[in-house]
Amino acid sequence: MNLHEEFFQFRQQQSTRRAFLGRTSAGVGAMALAQLMQPQASAFAASKQEKWPGVINPLHYPRKAKRVIYLTMAGGPSHLETLDYKPKLAAMHGEPMPESMTKGKQIAQLQGQALKCFGPQHAFKRFGKSGAEICELFPQLGSVADEICIVRSLHTEAINHDPAHMFMNTGSQIAGRPSMGSWVTYGLGSDSTDLPGFVVLTSKGKGGQNQPIAARQWAAGYLPSRFQGVHLRGKGDPVLYLTTPPGVSASQQEDVVRAVNNLNKHHDTHVEDPEISARIAQYEMAFLMQASVPELMDLSKEPQSVLDLYGCAPGDGSFASNCLLARRLAERGVRFIQLYHKDWDHHGGVKEGIEFKAAEIDRACMALITDLKQRGMLEETLIVWAGEFGRTPMSQGGSGRDHHNHGFSVWLAGGGIKPGISYGATDELGYQAVENPVDVHDLHATMLHLLGVNHLKLVTRFQGRDFRLTDVHGKVIRPILV
Amino acid sequence: MGLFVPLLFVECSFAEPAKGDAASREIRFNRDIRPILSDNCFHCHGFDQKSRKGDRRLDVRDDAIAEKDGVRAVVPGDFRASELHRRIYSQDSEEVMPPPKEGKRLTAEQKALLDEWIKQGAPYEEHWSYVPPVKVATPSGAHPVDALIRRRLSQVGLSPAPEAERRVLIRRLYSDLLGLPPSPEEVLAFEKDKSPGSYERLVDRLMASPHYGERMAIPWLDVVRFADTIGYHSDNPRNVWPYRDYVIRSFNENKRFDQFTREQLAGDLLPGSTLEQKVASGFNRLVLSTEEGGAQPKDYESRMLTDRVRAVGTVWLGQTLGCAQCHDHKFDPISTRDFYTMGAFFADIREGVIGKREEGLAVPSVEEAAKLKAMDDRIGILQEELKASSPQRAQDQAQWEQSLMNGPTDVAWTPLVPLKVQGGKGSQFEIQDDGVVNVSFAEGKVPASDTYTITVKMPAGEMNGLRLEALASERIPTKGPGLSDSGNFILTQVTLKEGAEVLKIAEASASFEQKGQPARAAIDDKARGVQKGWGVLGKSGVDQFLYLELATPLAGEKTITLVLKQTAGERQLLGKFRIAATQAPTPIRSPNVQFPADVLTAVKLAREKRSAAQQALLAKHFRSVAAQFAPLRNEIAATQKAREDYEKSLPHCLVSVHTDQMRTVRILPRGDWQNESGEVVQPAVLHFLPQPAVEGRRLNRLDLADWLVARSNPLTARVFVNRLWKHFFGMGLSKVLDDFGAQGEPPLHSDLLDWLAVEFMDSGWDVKHMVRLMTTSHAYRQVSAVPKDQLAKDPYNRELARQSRWRADAELVRDNALSVAGLLSLKVGGPSVKPYQPEGYWENLNFPARVYVNDQGESQYRRGLYTWWQRSYLHPSMLAFDAPTREECSAERSRSNIPQQALVLLNDPTYVEAARSLAARVLRQGGRTDEDRLNWAFQVVLQRTPNPQESAELRALLLKHRGEFQAKPEATQPLLAVGLAPAPTDITSTELAAWTSLARVLLNLHETVTRS
Repeated sequence: MNLHEEFFQFRQQQSTRRAFLGRTSAGVGAMALAQLMQPQASAFAASKQEKWPGVINPLHYPRKAKRVIYLTMAGGPSHLETLDYKPKLAAMHGEPMPESMTKGKQIAQLQGQALKCFGPQHAFKRFGKSGAEICELFPQLGSVADEICIVRSLHTEAINHDPAHMFMNTGSQIAGRPSMGSWVTYGLGSDSTDLPGFVVLTSKGKGGQNQPIAARQWAAGYLPSRFQGVHLRGKGDPVLYLTTPPGVSASQQEDVVRAVNNLNKHHDTHVEDPEISARIAQYEMAFLMQASVPELMDLSKEPQSVLDLYGCAPGDGSFASNCLLARRLAERGVRFIQLYHKDWDHHGGVKEGIEFKAAEIDRACMALITDLKQRGMLEETLIVWAGEFGRTPMSQGGSGRDHHNHGFSVWLAGGGIKPGISYGATDELGYQAVENPVDVHDLHATMLHLLGVNHLKLVTRFQGRDFRLTDVHGKVIRPILV
Repeated sequence: MGLFVPLLFVECSFAEPAKGDAASREIRFNRDIRPILSDNCFHCHGFDQKSRKGDRRLDVRDDAIAEKDGVRAVVPGDFRASELHRRIYSQDSEEVMPPPKEGKRLTAEQKALLDEWIKQGAPYEEHWSYVPPVKVATPSGAHPVDALIRRRLSQVGLSPAPEAERRVLIRRLYSDLLGLPPSPEEVLAFEKDKSPGSYERLVDRLMASPHYGERMAIPWLDVVRFADTIGYHSDNPRNVWPYRDYVIRSFNENKRFDQFTREQLAGDLLPGSTLEQKVASGFNRLVLSTEEGGAQPKDYESRMLTDRVRAVGTVWLGQTLGCAQCHDHKFDPISTRDFYTMGAFFADIREGVIGKREEGLAVPSVEEAAKLKAMDDRIGILQEELKASSPQRAQDQAQWEQSLMNGPTDVAWTPLVPLKVQGGKGSQFEIQDDGVVNVSFAEGKVPASDTYTITVKMPAGEMNGLRLEALASERIPTKGPGLSDSGNFILTQVTLKEGAEVLKIAEASASFEQKGQPARAAIDDKARGVQKGWGVLGKSGVDQFLYLELATPLAGEKTITLVLKQTAGERQLLGKFRIAATQAPTPIRSPNVQFPADVLTAVKLAREKRSAAQQALLAKHFRSVAAQFAPLRNEIAATQKAREDYEKSLPHCLVSVHTDQMRTVRILPRGDWQNESGEVVQPAVLHFLPQPAVEGRRLNRLDLADWLVARSNPLTARVFVNRLWKHFFGMGLSKVLDDFGAQGEPPLHSDLLDWLAVEFMDSGWDVKHMVRLMTTSHAYRQVSAVPKDQLAKDPYNRELARQSRWRADAELVRDNALSVAGLLSLKVGGPSVKPYQPEGYWENLNFPARVYVNDQGESQYRRGLYTWWQRSYLHPSMLAFDAPTREECSAERSRSNIPQQALVLLNDPTYVEAARSLAARVLRQGGRTDEDRLNWAFQVVLQRTPNPQESAELRALLLKHRGEFQAKPEATQPLLAVGLAPAPTDITSTELAAWTSLARVLLNLHETVTRS
C-alpha cells in the first residue's frame, strides 16, 4: 500500500475510534491538555491514540530484544588495533603485501602506491573465560568480554566514508533510503510517549580526522518524516527549536498550545479533517518534549557512582555521557538509539590515534553493558558496536592505515546474542574476511530478527519496487544467537 | 491499539471501484490483472532473463499459453485446465504460487479475478502507458475535465460537491498559483465581483504575476533535485542558483514545455545557444559529487551516470530506470542495456569526476553584460593600437631585427647559494658551493609528493627575474632532473615570498614544456585548474630551465623564500636544482620564447624573401618584446585583468559543456564499476518505445530531448500533466507520480489523463493553458469538506467528487507567515539566502568546518524557495515540513504531521518575529477595540472572521497575557527583541507582547498551514 494512504487510513480509523469513545463532551484535546502539566502522567489521550503501532503487528517471531543501542564508530576503526590480532602481519611488517591478495580490489587513498604490510601497533591480550583476544588498550571492554560477541568477518561494499555510512545505515549506497532506525520504528513503533522513537547522539574525540556526518544517515528517506532520527544535541537546544521563546513563561507557552489545540478542535467540528486530531496530538507531544527532553538530558541527578562507572561528568558532551544518555533513553522506551563517536579515521598516526579512542570509549562501553545488566535491561537491549569499514593491513605514509572494506570487526551484546564468543575471521594478514564472512545485510537481518521481525517481510513500496532494509540480500547469522 | 490495527493493513485495492464480485463484470488486463501478476509473479516469470524460473513468462501472452513439458500455464477460457489456477490454489507448500518464502500471498479475491480473467479468454493488453494517449470525445460546451469526471462519478454513484465559497476559492488559487495569501482587500473585491468570468480573470491575473513562476518552480526543483551543495561528504557549495531563476522565468514566460525540456538537457547544443539556454543546461550538473580524499574516479563516474539516468526516468518518463542498473528490470521491459545506452547520452559533458566543481559560466545581467562588452571593446582598441604600423615603428622594427641578426645578447644570471632548504619528512638537501642542491631521502624512500622551501639572499641591485634550473644528475638512475620513474618532475606551484608577503610573478616560461603541463600552470591557479603544473616529460635527462619575470623588481640584498610545491604524486620531484637571478630588463623570457626559432629564421631572410606570415610574425613578436610598447602592453594586460576580475565577481552557474573526448560507457555487469568486461555502448533510447529517426551519426543530448517531447513518445506528456494534476488536486490521476510502469498505478481516470496529455501536446506544450484548464474546472472549485457517506465510499478522493485538503508545502508555510506579518520580501531570484538557523546545526560538516551566518536585511525575509539548500543538512524548519533534501529526484513530498512542526511554529525565531510583526500590524491597522483587531487579524491570516467560540478563546488568552505582561513588563523585552526587524517604538511593549501571543496562536493553527 502506498505509505501515505496507509497513514490516511490510520487517521481515518482513529477518527472512527474517536467517534466510538464519544468526542462531543470533553473532546480528545481537552482531555489531554488537562494532563499537560503532569509529565509522565498516564493519560495523554491524543498522543497515545496517535501513537504509531508499527506495521509489524503482531511480530513475526518472539522477540529477543526490545530496542537497539547502536554505537557507530565513525571514521572506520582499525580492526587490527582493536579486535583482530594478526601476528603474521607483525612478522611481515615492512614487506610488500602479497599481490595475490590485493589485485583488483578497491583501494582508497593508497591508489597507485606501493602496498606494504604494517604490523599491529599495539599488543593484544586474552580476556575473560572466553579468552577473547582484544587489544590491550581496551581492558575495561575486556573485563566484560564474556558478555559480548565479536564478529571478525564483516565486509562492506563502500570504501569512502559517506557512501559507507549510507550503506551501513540504509543497506544502499544511494541517498534517499530509510536508515535502519527509521525502518525499526516504522516496523515496531516505540514505547515512548514523550520522546521520539529514534534518537541520535554524536560526540567528537581526539586524533583522526573529523569526518563529516550527514543528517541523511538518520533520515527516514521515503518513509514518512515521523520516522526520522531526532538528533539530541549536546550544545544549544537538545532538540532543535525545543526552547520556549525568550520572555515567554512555561505557563504562557501552555496557554498558546492550549488555545491552538482548542481552536483546531473547534475547527475540526466544521471540517472533519482527520489530520487535525493528529496535529493536536503533535502539539501535545511537542509540549511534553519541552519538559521531557531537558529532564532526560540532565545527568546531574544520576548518582555519583553511576557517573563514575561511565567516567563522565554531566554536560561534558563525551561519548561516555552519551552512553549514559543511551541507557536513560532505553529506560524511557525509545526504540532505536544510535550514537556516533567520531575521529576514527587514522590515515596517519594510528598508534596514537587508537590510544585516544581507547581512552574515550573503553570504560564507557563497559559501563553501558554493566549498567544495563545491573538493571536487568541487557537481555532486552541489543548493543552493536561498529564502524563503517575497517582499515588496511597496509601502511599509509608509514604510520597510518587507509580505508578498508574487505574485512573488519564489530561486536554485539545483549538481547539474544550469544555472549562470550567470537565468530568469523579474516585471513592471516587481516585483509579479507575468509571464515564465515558476514555482509552488512546479514547484520541488518540479524538485528531485525532479534527484534522479532523477518527482514524479508519488512517491506515498503517506493518508485515501483518493494524495498527492504536488506535490499534483496541478507541472512540471519544464526550461530551468534542464543 | 488492538481495536484498529488488524484493519490497518488490509489489501490496498479496496478503495478501487469495480472490485466486488469478479464474476459479474468484464475484466481488464491492465486495470485488474497486470497489478496482481506484476506484484506476485513477474519477478520470476517476467522480463528479467536472469531471475526467470521454469522458463515461463507470464508477462507475454504467447509464452503464458504455450505448452511446455506438457504444461500450459494459462489455457484461455478454461481456468481449471490452467496450471496457474492449480498452483495458486495448491495447498502444497512446495507447489503453491507465489512461493511462501517470497513473503507474498494472493487474496481469495485476487485468485477469483485470475480465474475469471482466464475464463474470459485471458486477454492481454499492452501496458497502458506505452500505448499512445488518445482523446475521447467530450460534449461541446461542457468543461472537458468536468465532463470526464462526471461521466465516471455517475458510474460509481457519486455526485460533484458544490462550489466553495469565494473566499476559499481565492485563498486556494493564491496558494496554488502564487504560494501567497491574498490580502483582505483582494478577498473582499473578489467576493463582491460576481460578474461572469471574474473567476477566470483572477486565474489569468495570478498566472501573470511574477510569483506564479516561483510557485510552479517548487515541485520542479524537487524533481530535478536542485540544491546549492554537492551532496556527498564535505557537501561543499557549488554555483547553480541561476538555474533556479531560469526555471522561475520559464514558468513565468510560459515557455513551451518541449523547449523547456530541450534547453535543460541540451541547451548548450542548440544552434546559436543563448546564455539562458546554457544556464538551462545546468540541469545536467545537478548530480551529487564528492571531494572526499580517496574517492575513485571510476566509482563516481558510474554514480553520476546512474544519477542522470534515474533523473530522466523520473522527470520525463515516469520510469524507474534505476532498477535496470544491475539487472534487467523485473517488472518493466527496461533492459540493462537501455540503462547504459541512456547513460551514454551524457558522456560528452565535460566535468571533473572527483573534487571541487568548477566556477561555471559567468551569468551577467544585461547591465553587467554591457560593462563586459565595454571592457572587451577597450581591449580590442588597445590591441589594434599595438598592431598598428607607422613609418617610425617600421624603422624601429628594422633596428630590432638588426640587433637580432647579431644574435641574442647573453643575459647574465647570478647563481644563488641557498641559506637553507627544507622539505617534508625524510628529505635531505646537499647544498654545493655553486648553489646546486642535490636532493635525497632517508633510506631512499622517495615520497609521492613533497614541497621544498628554499631561503636565498638576493644579490645587490634590482632583480627583474629568477631562474629555476632543473638539473640532470648522474646520481639519479634516470638522470633526472626528476625522481619519478620517467625522470620527470612536476612543479605544481612556485611561490615567492618576502617574509609573509607573497611576491607576484608576472610571467613564467620554460626551456621546454611537456604537452599539457606548461610553465604558466606553476604560477597561475586558473591554468592549473586542469593542469598539474610545469613538467618536462619527453625531454628529461637534460637540464631544463624555468624563467620567472617578477611583477615588481626586487631591490637589494633581500632574503626571500621560494616554495616549490610538487604534489602531482608518483614521486615527480626535483632531484637536483639551482636558483639564479638576473638584472636584465624585462621581458624575462626563456630564450626559446624570447627568440623563437621561427622568429630567428624569419629575421635571417632578406626582407623581400619573407612570406606574409613571416612578416606578420616579426611585427607581432617585435611588439611583444620591445620596451617602447611596454606601456601599451601593460595597459592591455591591466584591462584584461580587470575584465577577468570583473567576470569573476559575476554570478556563475555550472552548465553543460560538450567535449569530443567522450567518456567510454560500458554496460557494468551487476552495476559493478570495477568490472570493465562489459560491452561499450553508444547513446540510444529505450528499445521498446518509438525510436528517433536519426541515422548515420551518434545520437546526442538534443536527440534525447527531441525524443522525449516527440509526439510519438507516449510517456512525457502523461507524466507532466499527472504531476500538474497533483499540484492542483493533491494526488495524481495515477497516484504513483514517478512510476508509470507495471508497479505503478494504472490511472483511475485513464480517459481524463489521456485527454489532458493529448491536449497538452495539441496546445504546443502550453503549461499555462493546462493550468487554466485544471483550475477553471468545477472539480477544482468544489468544496473540500468531506460528507460522511463519501468518506466511506471514496476515502482518498480518487473520484474527485470534492476538492482535497493538505498541509501546505514547507516553503509556503514560511511565505504565508512572513506575508501576513508584513515582513516578506517579494524580490524574485538571486543567490540563495540564509534565514535564522539554530547555532551548531552544521557542526558535523567538515572540510572545511563551517559556521552558518544568517543573512541580514531584506535577504532574511525572502521566500522559502530561496533558502540555501544544503543537501546533508537542509534547513531544519524546511526539513520539519517535509522539504526533500534533493539528494535524489523527488516527484512527491511526504506530508507528515510531526511534533517538530509544532516546535518550529512555536519557537523558531522566524515565526516568533513574524508573530510580533503581525501583532504590530494588528495594533496599527486593525481598529481600536480588541474585537475589531481580532477580526482584522483573523481576516488577514485566514481570510474569514472568527466565530464566537474562537473569539472567546482568543480574547481569554489576550486578557490573561496582557495582565501577565503588565505585571511583569520586563519579560516583554526579550520576547520583542527576537529577530532582526526592529521592534516598533510607538506601541506599548506590554500590549505588543500580549498580541504577539495571540498572533503566535494564529500562525500555529492547522487551518493556517492547510490548503483547503
